[in-house]
Amino acid sequence: MNAFSYARPRALAEALRMLRNGAMALAGGTDLLGLMKDGLARPDSLVDLTGIEGLRGWSHPKGRGLRIGALTSLVELETSDALAKTMPILRESLQDAATVQLRTMGTVGGNLLQRNRCWYFRDEGTVCWLKGGNRCFAIDGENRYHAIIGAQDCVIVSPSDLVPALLAYDAEIALTSSRGTRQMKLGDLFVTPRGRDRREHALRSGELITEVRVPEAALARRGTYLKAMDRKAWSFALVSVAAAAKFERGLARDVRLILGGVAPVPWRVIAAEKGLEGSALDDAACADAADRLLAGATPLRDNGYKVTLARELVRRALRSLVA
Amino acid sequence: MLRGPGEADIAFTVNGAPAKVRAAPRRTLLDTLRETLALTGTKKVCDEGTCGACTVLVDGRPVYSCMTLAITCEGKSIETIEGISKDGELHPVQRAFIDADAFQCGFCTPGQIMSIVALLRENSAPTEDDVRRAVAGNLCRCGAYPNIVKAGVSAGKRKS
Repeated sequence: MNAFSYARPRALAEALRMLRNGAMALAGGTDLLGLMKDGLARPDSLVDLTGIEGLRGWSHPKGRGLRIGALTSLVELETSDALAKTMPILRESLQDAATVQLRTMGTVGGNLLQRNRCWYFRDEGTVCWLKGGNRCFAIDGENRYHAIIGAQDCVIVSPSDLVPALLAYDAEIALTSSRGTRQMKLGDLFVTPRGRDRREHALRSGELITEVRVPEAALARRGTYLKAMDRKAWSFALVSVAAAAKFERGLARDVRLILGGVAPVPWRVIAAEKGLEGSALDDAACADAADRLLAGATPLRDNGYKVTLARELVRRALRSLVA
Repeated sequence: MLRGPGEADIAFTVNGAPAKVRAAPRRTLLDTLRETLALTGTKKVCDEGTCGACTVLVDGRPVYSCMTLAITCEGKSIETIEGISKDGELHPVQRAFIDADAFQCGFCTPGQIMSIVALLRENSAPTEDDVRRAVAGNLCRCGAYPNIVKAGVSAGKRKS
């Protein structure tokens, strides 16, 4: 790890000032320290955000949606019984995310901004396309964990368990920098690296995520999160699926269907969701949705299994909503 | 207040006693415990947040000390394997590990024990599945898992 200076301000404005001057933000550190140890991040200074009290915890003001502070630990979201009633998919998506230790350390904001797990990217000695090199080594290399759809110059996959679950409930995020604040749909945070845009996130320089917001209307949905792993624990998703819908007389409305682990961004196809509107989510409807969701999939040498896996997880997730 | 990149004064509590160390911001809690405070019960294995051998409790919660910067622990309470026995008596989880033969080489054991100590504070009568989940982030290359799970369950019974 390179040498750096460090500060832990109490005031958000102070943290934003440091970020404007080029400091990197530290929260749980579970991803950033790994990047720093591997020489993939070399900050001159770190601003530790954990002293800023206003960004921790969650609230659900009656009828006004759920608000989750960006510094809330993943374990707090996972273990809160109140939250498990308000939005059960949060616990479901987090209980198999990483390990207790990492969920204790890791924060919501950090989870949204974690970088990909491609072994070529993570290897300090490999200058892959995403790190400014000429080519993606995974496209014709070892690629069993890589993208089957939606990739351009780089076949990384979106690694988060929490993100598909939040997207199934139309989450938005609040952002702030020394220039002001803005709000965006969570889905717009994720960028497919292509051309000269070699980034994974649309966060601007000097900007922080301060809050995740879930609209009240979405909390009425029934949802589920399923994750396929190499092992039964402590693995990133090979494929994951978050599905949610509300039901009127047994027919699905406002269906949401998001895949993790298959594309550089959380994978969502509006036509697949629209096709399920008013459906009873029978097997034929599930197969049709999977067709639309995975249309145009181009598996690499070692990851064709992900197509089969994704189709079956989609079916199981949608069926479980009506079970 | 910007500190570093050279050494800075850091004060925290280790196993109930105040500790003051000088460490650069890039120094991990693990290296500080082992090399500055000579608390070598906490093991350094993968040093990348994967194996759990370095698990300690910070403010009562299990964390990977290899992925924690010492300077972020200013004012916090740290508990290591050296601090859990009392008056020469082994902690119930330590005793349960011996009775259940829950280790072979022993290198992952301090981390396993700290994870279960943390679990028992939240859940005094864990099931096998609770213990399995609590130590999912602690790898044992000897494969002593079945007995680690037994030890965790029996330590719960022992404590209550």
